[in-house]
Amino acid sequence: MIRYTAIRLLEIAALLLLLSFAIYALIGLMPGDPIDLMRSADPHMSAADVARLKAAQGLDQPLVSRYADWARRALAGDLGYSRLFATPVWAALLPRLVNSLLLMGLSFVLALALALGLGTVAARLPRSRTDAAINLLCFASVSMPTFWLALVLILLFAVGLGWLPAGGTGDSGDLADRARHLVLPVATLMLASIGGYTRYVRGAMREALSQDHIRTARAKGASETRVILHHALRGAMIPVTTILALSFGGLVSGALVTETMFAYPGMGKLIFDAVMGNDYNLALAALMLASVTAMLANLVADLAYGWLDPRISYQ
Amino acid sequence: MSVMAAVFAAGVAPVAAQDHDTLTIGTIQFPSTLNPGIDPMAAKSYVLGMAMRPFTVYDAAWKPVCLLCTDLPSIANGLANPVDIAPGKKGIDITYAIRPDASWADGSPVNTSDVMFTYEVGRNPKSGLGSAEMYRRITSIDVKSDKIFTMHFDKLTFDYASIDDFVLLPAHIERPAFADPAQYRVQTRYATDPTNAGLYNGPYRVSAVTRGSQITLVPNTYWNGSPPPFKRIVVKAIENTAALEANLLSGAIDMVAGEMGFSLDEALGFVKRHGDQFQIIYKPGLTFEHIDLNLDQPLLADRHIREALMLGIDRDAISRSLFEGKQPVADSFVSPLDAGYTEDIPHYHSDPDRAGQLLETAGWHVGPDGIRLNDAGQRLSFELMTTAGNHTRELLEQVLQSQWRRIGVDIRIKNQPARVLFGDTMPHRQFDMAMYAYISAPENVPRSIFYSNEIPNAGNGFSGQNDTDYKNPEMDAVIDKLEVELDGDKRKALWAAAQKLYATDLPSLPLFFRTDTYILPKWLSGVKPTGNQYPTTLWITDWKVQQP
Repeated sequence: MIRYTAIRLLEIAALLLLLSFAIYALIGLMPGDPIDLMRSADPHMSAADVARLKAAQGLDQPLVSRYADWARRALAGDLGYSRLFATPVWAALLPRLVNSLLLMGLSFVLALALALGLGTVAARLPRSRTDAAINLLCFASVSMPTFWLALVLILLFAVGLGWLPAGGTGDSGDLADRARHLVLPVATLMLASIGGYTRYVRGAMREALSQDHIRTARAKGASETRVILHHALRGAMIPVTTILALSFGGLVSGALVTETMFAYPGMGKLIFDAVMGNDYNLALAALMLASVTAMLANLVADLAYGWLDPRISYQ
Repeated sequence: MSVMAAVFAAGVAPVAAQDHDTLTIGTIQFPSTLNPGIDPMAAKSYVLGMAMRPFTVYDAAWKPVCLLCTDLPSIANGLANPVDIAPGKKGIDITYAIRPDASWADGSPVNTSDVMFTYEVGRNPKSGLGSAEMYRRITSIDVKSDKIFTMHFDKLTFDYASIDDFVLLPAHIERPAFADPAQYRVQTRYATDPTNAGLYNGPYRVSAVTRGSQITLVPNTYWNGSPPPFKRIVVKAIENTAALEANLLSGAIDMVAGEMGFSLDEALGFVKRHGDQFQIIYKPGLTFEHIDLNLDQPLLADRHIREALMLGIDRDAISRSLFEGKQPVADSFVSPLDAGYTEDIPHYHSDPDRAGQLLETAGWHVGPDGIRLNDAGQRLSFELMTTAGNHTRELLEQVLQSQWRRIGVDIRIKNQPARVLFGDTMPHRQFDMAMYAYISAPENVPRSIFYSNEIPNAGNGFSGQNDTDYKNPEMDAVIDKLEVELDGDKRKALWAAAQKLYATDLPSLPLFFRTDTYILPKWLSGVKPTGNQYPTTLWITDWKVQQP
């Protein structure tokens, strides 16, 4: 297992290197740069100004040499300066990352907890009214556009009832205020993702409940709770773990639509703005962070398979 | 999304904001930096309008006025003196006096050391400042005292007294950040320490910044002008206009800035639903919506076709149906509010019959599918581009497409993100027709957009702004004279000549002058939109809480 982990880590490192160049090249190959946009907004900007600013920001250099320079500095721990936020990259990234981890983490944990419960209930009572109701909820969750759901929640709870703020993050020094600002975006993301998770859990649980060892456990007189929690759920977690691992990257890549609707400064909006605004340093750092999280989450999931199912070995 | 908001918000009453000590303003943009010289942005101008005093600005009457100086220099008052700097070339020396009570918000007086530092930063090519045109024109500055200085300009232009691009930087705070000029963009305290009181000299100072989200301002305790009307001002950036509307209705924000808020069609929808609960101000300005025509394109090089395109659209009907008549139709690039505006130019009212005749004369006959063909079988078809995601322009494109189809012109809509359209497509003239807006200034000489040597090409790194490839020696000559004509009447005649040339040559199709909509709480008074590039916030001390 140690050898397997080491090989996977090496693969991740190589993949990250390739990915960094691919991201840099893709952003660089998009037409236009920040100075071109500035030129279109400022009728006084001359050709000399454009040339001077491009040189000052290194935009007059070939793409490969710009990438090599970035990679050299990044390996030394210097992620550079964000042009859009006028701060070092880490200073722009860190508060957004914390916001996204809070938002995505909370909605992820809540959605998962509810999905495990609902999926298990639905799997135990197939084709019942309860199953039909849970399925209806799942399809509603999967089908509802996030922006629509966000808007409905804002209009209901912020505009109509006035119970919760319509957006922002609130006063960072006041935990209660911070929590109030999180309720609607967390609810939006949770409701939007719960349907998919519940369907996966239901499918996996139905498969697990039909296994021979479950019948044997019941025949041996194990309680239904023990059968579900100890025998069925563990087996059902293997496909669910794969889905969860794939979702993990989202914790740091944020949720663009929800963040935009709630004016919530998170990673999704930051990545979008950085890519559209040609903020290479920021876009690269944010996308690499999302990539490395997703890759590590997948590695952890692969290692977890062995724990969940002892028949799996790492050769 | 706005439609969704309309459906769900119908009948929902806004939650009234009770605390008038704090004013919360909603905008759709957040400034990338607060340094006045770096990255010109409307969002930055809006915030700095409360926190910085430029020397000069244009007020709501479109007249230049002093904010940081005591008297606006003029040749008549002796503060401006034309000088001969070379045979046939005139420059001008202008003396300004800084207001004696002007102070940075840390208590340091604003003085000529700040002037010299700002000049030093502006002139340094490594400093990363945007437009350096003003700094290139200033040949030197003489300091007369702590508060008085004389600027020497290498060119005598009619707008000599306006030094609005020369916004002071505090030497006592910023000098260490300028130790390495190439690092100034990164090291400027406006980026590293934006809540430092010494960076601001207006009625307010920035007290908190949540990047990408909101900026809080509190009164500058060293401000000696009219008292600031609020104890706290919060500027919140909410990019999505449906969310902006919801925030307004929920009372999370008190008002939406006209400069960076709803587009006019969105605002009109909002006003229909909730207008009675707010104070609404519509202000047409000098943002010129138009369609650039690529004169490199052989079909568009034909003036008959350009005129036919102009006559084929009904801008009055569009203004009535889409904008309830609140967006004035443009006949040239000069706003009717501008001193240089003239009525005496060709006007193009909708006339599809005349448009058809012009196209017939040019050899384009209606084909079997209603689209015109020439004798070689070529279809009269153009690509129309605009900035993708701009709801109003995308709506307008569809109306124009159907109107042009009536005269047998086929329009293919092909929109692009702003960075692609402005960064690549337009400078390289890879377009037929492109709809966008110029953001101009009062009496802004159109050198960058109409002068023949401003055409983007490989020689200038594709950095001119005359994207249409418009070349007319008469226009070049008028622009040259316009810049240096001091006599108001003679200048008005030159402005008229420039507008006539434009309206005759039609390098672009004028559409509208954009109207900004200010949505304000009923308890707020004194907000006076200028219609020019100077934001209402420059006059924040005139804003008042109206007692019921």
